[in-house]
Amino acid sequence: MDAIHRKYLRMDKLPHIWCPGCGNGIIMGSFIRAIDRLGYDQDSVAAVSGIGCSGRITGYMDFNTLHTTHGRALAFATGLKMAKPGLKVFVFMGDGDATAIGGNHLIHACRRNIDMTAIIFNNHIYGMTGGQYSPTTPRDAYATTAPYGTMDPHFDIAKLCVGAGASYVARGTSYHAKMLTDLIVEGAEHKGFSVIEIITHCPVNFGRRNELETPVDMLLWQKDHALRMAKAAKMTDDELKDRFVIGRIHRADIPEYVEEYDRLIEMVRKGDTDRG
Amino acid sequence: MNDAKLLAGSDACVFGALAAGVRFFAGYPITPSSEIANLFARELPKLGGKFMQMEDEIASMGAVIGASCAGLKAITATSGPGFSLKQENIGFAAEAEIPCVIINVMRYGPSTGLPTTSSQGDFMQTRWGTHGDHAIIVIAPYTAREAYRETGRAVNLSERYRIPVIILLDEILSHLRERVEFKEEDIVTVIDRKGPVPGTPYLPYEDTDDMIPPFAGFGDGYRYHITGLIHDKTGFPTSDPGTIDRVMRRMNGKLDYYRDKIVRVKYVDVDNADVLIVAFGSVARSAEEVVRSMKKAGKRVGLLRPVTLWPFPDREIREAAAGKRAVIVPEMNLGQMVREVERAVAGTVPIHPLNRIDGGLITPHEISDLIEELL
Ligand SMILES: Cc1ncc(C[n+]2csc(CCOP(=O)(O)OP(=O)(O)O)c2C)c(N)n1
Ligand code: SF4
Repeated sequence: MDAIHRKYLRMDKLPHIWCPGCGNGIIMGSFIRAIDRLGYDQDSVAAVSGIGCSGRITGYMDFNTLHTTHGRALAFATGLKMAKPGLKVFVFMGDGDATAIGGNHLIHACRRNIDMTAIIFNNHIYGMTGGQYSPTTPRDAYATTAPYGTMDPHFDIAKLCVGAGASYVARGTSYHAKMLTDLIVEGAEHKGFSVIEIITHCPVNFGRRNELETPVDMLLWQKDHALRMAKAAKMTDDELKDRFVIGRIHRADIPEYVEEYDRLIEMVRKGDTDRG
Repeated sequence: MNDAKLLAGSDACVFGALAAGVRFFAGYPITPSSEIANLFARELPKLGGKFMQMEDEIASMGAVIGASCAGLKAITATSGPGFSLKQENIGFAAEAEIPCVIINVMRYGPSTGLPTTSSQGDFMQTRWGTHGDHAIIVIAPYTAREAYRETGRAVNLSERYRIPVIILLDEILSHLRERVEFKEEDIVTVIDRKGPVPGTPYLPYEDTDDMIPPFAGFGDGYRYHITGLIHDKTGFPTSDPGTIDRVMRRMNGKLDYYRDKIVRVKYVDVDNADVLIVAFGSVARSAEEVVRSMKKAGKRVGLLRPVTLWPFPDREIREAAAGKRAVIVPEMNLGQMVREVERAVAGTVPIHPLNRIDGGLITPHEISDLIEELL
């Protein structure tokens, strides 16, 4: 454990509850390195999470931490940021958390464009409840609730968020841990709602059932299937099948909600409105 | 304070909340509560506060809790179906002891029911609407004037005791516009939540003598953890049976410890009455009329009106009912409060429910007819 860990982790809360080989620890490592690089004062950082294995991350990090209800982390974070705009708000969610039970909150958070960073742990499965399929489980993959293979079509989280209006969308992996830190830094510095989708691995509830026997197999799968944008641009649809793009996917400069609201307050207080 | 105003119950709630320092509202439109959101949307920015229309009631409740964690006084408003959606996050607020106020304007249910029609069907939902034992306070005003004062009080109780507080109105009260003359006793004072003692180590769920842990707002320099998992005094999850028992008894015990400060009941001609009516909300207005008119006819009828519904004023009701010939409990439901009255009176006096579920308000006549039968 180096100085960064000692500074940003609640060492007395370790060891964590995650299974050996789980991707969540890698993501936490990338995140605290990003905070270190951003130079944010820990007192000004709020980490909000939902329910799931991923949601437990807030308990281990030394910030203002809020562990909410399943799927609702973004709703809590919205109130928090509106009430105290000075807080740097990061929201941690699993794929089920963010896109099944919390799907409505996710698209509306994208649309509103409040300055905060959503970090979605996409391990393609419900980890905490024991390997049921999620909205991102690939077709034909096995899950405890899909013993014959999943037949539901799946979401592309990054595309969904771009479509819903997020002003920054990136995708990283738990294999490309350094790049992940870069993406989190970039997302945090972007003014507006940023989404970082992270393709990560759940060896216990996804890998074992889907011919990726070890965490290493899962990481190598990520390495083999991830593509940079520039490279993907030169490939045919056929070649792109089963592959995914990593890096920054979308960035737009659109009005940020909290600042807009502050402008509204100013306008109303000056009586500078012919309404209401 | 002494100028007369024309106010609907919903308006009064908004102004009472603002007077108590509420600066954040998040909600989702639903009849018959939407006027409350509309007015907050207009008034909050004038005070530098913030209004948010969220994507649903679940998000509204979450945003209210989030805002409260940052130290703002926060409120939401809804009606039965929306209240049902808020229940999980209300449980979170109870478990994590986050101050917040929920206004529930009752409409006829279940399901979509009769959206524009009054009801008192949420008497039990407001108390028990989330899973697990939890502390919650429910207050039911009966006039616009009282709605102002009681919403202010709701905010203060929530901030002081770190318990979610529900203001329970019915459709009639919420929409009825009436002349309100505020008096000295209606002034809403501003009470802030207790903060940490500077210079001492901060324990977010400290077992203090007053049973209320000090609240530090996020970003105020105390980094700590808030979770809906059962937690110890440090705020972190625990599975130690002794700790769980202690923490949960403290949390729920606040209601008993502060009961007398929370419970408020109003009495009209109770002492010499032969028959006692127990009623709340709009129905209590009909009951008050009955007390008045029957008195003119030489009949002794009294009214006990619980302003605080939960914790239920059992003791007050037991004492008021003692020696009466009958207790009448009129409600716009199939009999919810009457169960509590029965529990309080414990068989010492005959109890007569009077239930109306056709969407109409229980009239003074319906109540007096029953009393005539009994006398
Ligand atoms: C309202 C509600 N429904 C269901 C659950 C049970 N539950 C806990 S975690 C979870 C899903 C976890 O999967 P995911 O969100 O993908 O996160 P992961 O555990 O994989 O990190 C579910 C369904 C719950 N806690 N609350
Ligand atoms: S179940 Fe999967 S996601 Fe959860 S801790 Fe274990 S490996 Fe990680």
